[in-house]
Amino acid sequence: MNRRDTIKALGLTTVGTGLLLESCGPGDSNKQVDSAKVETKKLPGVQDFEHARNTKLTSERFFTDQEMATITVLADIIIPKDDFSESASKAGVPDFIEFMVKDMPDYQLPMRGGLKWLDIQCLKRYKHAFIDCDERRQLTMLDEIAYPAKAKPEMRQGVAFFDLMRNLTASGFFTSEIGVKDIGYVGNRPQLWEGVPVDVLKQYGFTEES
Amino acid sequence: MKHFEIQEQDQVYDAIVVGSGAGGGMAGYVLANAGLKVLMLEAGPFFDPAKDALQMRWPWESPRRGASTIRPFGDFDAAFGGWQLDGEPYSTADGTDFQWFRARMLGGRTNHWGRISLRMGPDDFKPTDGVTAEWPITYDEVKPFYDKVDRLIGVYGTVEGLKNEPDGIFLKPPKPRLNELFIKRGAKKAGVTVIPGRGSVLTEPLPGMKGRGTCFYCGQCGRSCKVYGDFSSSSCLVIPAMKTNNLKVIDNAMVREVLTNDEGVATGVSYVNVTNMQEYSVKGKLVILGASACESARLLLNSKSAAHPGGLGNSSGLVGRYLHDSTGSSMSGFIPELMERKRYNEDGTGSVHIYSPWWLDNKKLNFPRGYHIEYGGGLHMPSYGYLDWVPKVNGLVPGKDGNKKEQGGYGVSLKNDYRRFYGANVGMAGRGTALAHKDNYCEIDPNKVDKFGIPVLRFHYKWGREEVEQAKHMQETFRSIMHEMGAIITSPTQGAETSYGLEAPGKIIHEGGTVRMGNDPKTSVVNKWCQLHDCKNLFVVDAGPFVQQGDKNLTWTILALSMRTAEHILEQRNKLNV
Repeated sequence: MNRRDTIKALGLTTVGTGLLLESCGPGDSNKQVDSAKVETKKLPGVQDFEHARNTKLTSERFFTDQEMATITVLADIIIPKDDFSESASKAGVPDFIEFMVKDMPDYQLPMRGGLKWLDIQCLKRYKHAFIDCDERRQLTMLDEIAYPAKAKPEMRQGVAFFDLMRNLTASGFFTSEIGVKDIGYVGNRPQLWEGVPVDVLKQYGFTEES
Repeated sequence: MKHFEIQEQDQVYDAIVVGSGAGGGMAGYVLANAGLKVLMLEAGPFFDPAKDALQMRWPWESPRRGASTIRPFGDFDAAFGGWQLDGEPYSTADGTDFQWFRARMLGGRTNHWGRISLRMGPDDFKPTDGVTAEWPITYDEVKPFYDKVDRLIGVYGTVEGLKNEPDGIFLKPPKPRLNELFIKRGAKKAGVTVIPGRGSVLTEPLPGMKGRGTCFYCGQCGRSCKVYGDFSSSSCLVIPAMKTNNLKVIDNAMVREVLTNDEGVATGVSYVNVTNMQEYSVKGKLVILGASACESARLLLNSKSAAHPGGLGNSSGLVGRYLHDSTGSSMSGFIPELMERKRYNEDGTGSVHIYSPWWLDNKKLNFPRGYHIEYGGGLHMPSYGYLDWVPKVNGLVPGKDGNKKEQGGYGVSLKNDYRRFYGANVGMAGRGTALAHKDNYCEIDPNKVDKFGIPVLRFHYKWGREEVEQAKHMQETFRSIMHEMGAIITSPTQGAETSYGLEAPGKIIHEGGTVRMGNDPKTSVVNKWCQLHDCKNLFVVDAGPFVQQGDKNLTWTILALSMRTAEHILEQRNKLNV
């Protein structure tokens, strides 16, 4: 079978889903990911116990409303809207973090405790929980935990929490439809790989024979 | 009380094959195509990549975005199973370690493997350093079967004429990606050989092959291929063999024991249906084990009878002995020159585009044998955690304004850093020869059974000085290549306290050696045809018979030896010897 037939066959043989068409483009980046919808859909090749686990985790709730509100504010500070794309919350990051702490229970204590640590710090300094502080105070607080190398020793627990929060936010954002488009990943579609484009080879001092 | 019985089937098959991976799949394929009536038993469910692959899915189609919570290589990886299976434990003796990866599904681990398809060389079969025993066969005896496997299944690569890295019949290899050009340049300066990769992916149509598509470069071989563009035992061997109407597959069938008669001859197997716990027994003139090195050893040891009191085929006491995996150690970093690189689709194949075959002379080194290096990095499909490294290193490289910033951070500036660093990462992993020692072994745990009531394995495995020295050498080599290509290392420094990043035994998923091949029944379990010395109608076609694997990934050799064994069975059958 040649490559064109292969690709044709791929479209025809993928059972039921119109998979290739769906998967050929990241689609409308303004559309917010509906994580609940994703989880109730069982893809072919997903085992029953996996699907049951996903469905169960989705139906449970770990974070309180107050915690989710704080996570949303933090996520949008870490990855805000800019000239190129939307913010973390628009990409569904808070719901993703809610799912991940149930999927990886080891994250529950560091996240819940870390959020509490942050609120207590703010309460002592500003007499308000983190989300009730104005933006200037929120950022002043985060500046003490967002830069590991210059953080004071008494801020180490906050640094550990912020590291985790930052990683979860980036994971959630840059694996969403919005984030995949933002990072510029243009694969996951049939193509013919013929090596590094000539202009790129030239840019880095390679020749086509490299 | 519920009626409990074993359902016996009267039909006597010409051969019963246990397991449907590379070894079982190839034996079933050859025998069914020759007209034998073959029954194949697989412990997991039926799996057809055309329907069941999670290929071409986007990260957001997994609620955990492809994280490895359930499947060790992530949600989209094709392997059903992992190092731990619910209700199917194993144990390790105190002070030793072994991690046992099992994929329960048609095609087994071949559905998700890296498709790196290397032949073992003349020195791997007949080592000249005296460190490990020789195989009873030479490369030249296996070569015709490697050739046939190349023609039947397809492998890309280039003819290089390297002494212990034999060439095959190759399809055209994929061209290197950008980061791989940097690696080649750096490796050359570091004195490390780099050649095009060798992978079982159809980069062009395979002459004479119908029913398989050619690669369309999605880079997702690990998810298994819907157009059968790469090698999985399910898609390339078992499913085609079923079309002969000579191969019957029973899935969800966990084999409990090989049954033997009073003379100690195999008469069939008993198995449990894992979905309803019903017990069955089936009859065969031949029994062929391809359940994986450790699972086949377990099955033999659990098949005790008056004729085989120490377990089937175990008169030497060597079943389970000489267990060996490959060594593994790795390093990751990024290339500052590649920051803010132009975006384009470089998914390529899901196997390696380049690799480094072992390039040194051991006479000058303090360890025997060697390793090959596999390389990674680039503009890959986003998945959980793939940018975690960025806020750890964004203070190391000056920005556009020429100033370095404080590491970490948040906001538009951090968001931009993720974009700047994406695709600049690079990784390298060594895969080396671990020595087969009698004292590294698996045996039946005297106290434990799995959820089917089958006694489980207990492992005894310790790395020796040689493996640790090899890992140390890997780390030194990686550091040197990283330096020469202008990369910054981001992975933690591996020293003596971590055995230089040497992975636990079993982690590289190349285990073999448990049913050792040899001419002398006192020092080996199977003969040079993978036939038990103690039971002439029983053969083992997985990596169990490997006397000593090289640093080459073992799948291509499993396929060649299984084909060789199956053809031998056909010849012997014709002579009415079995």
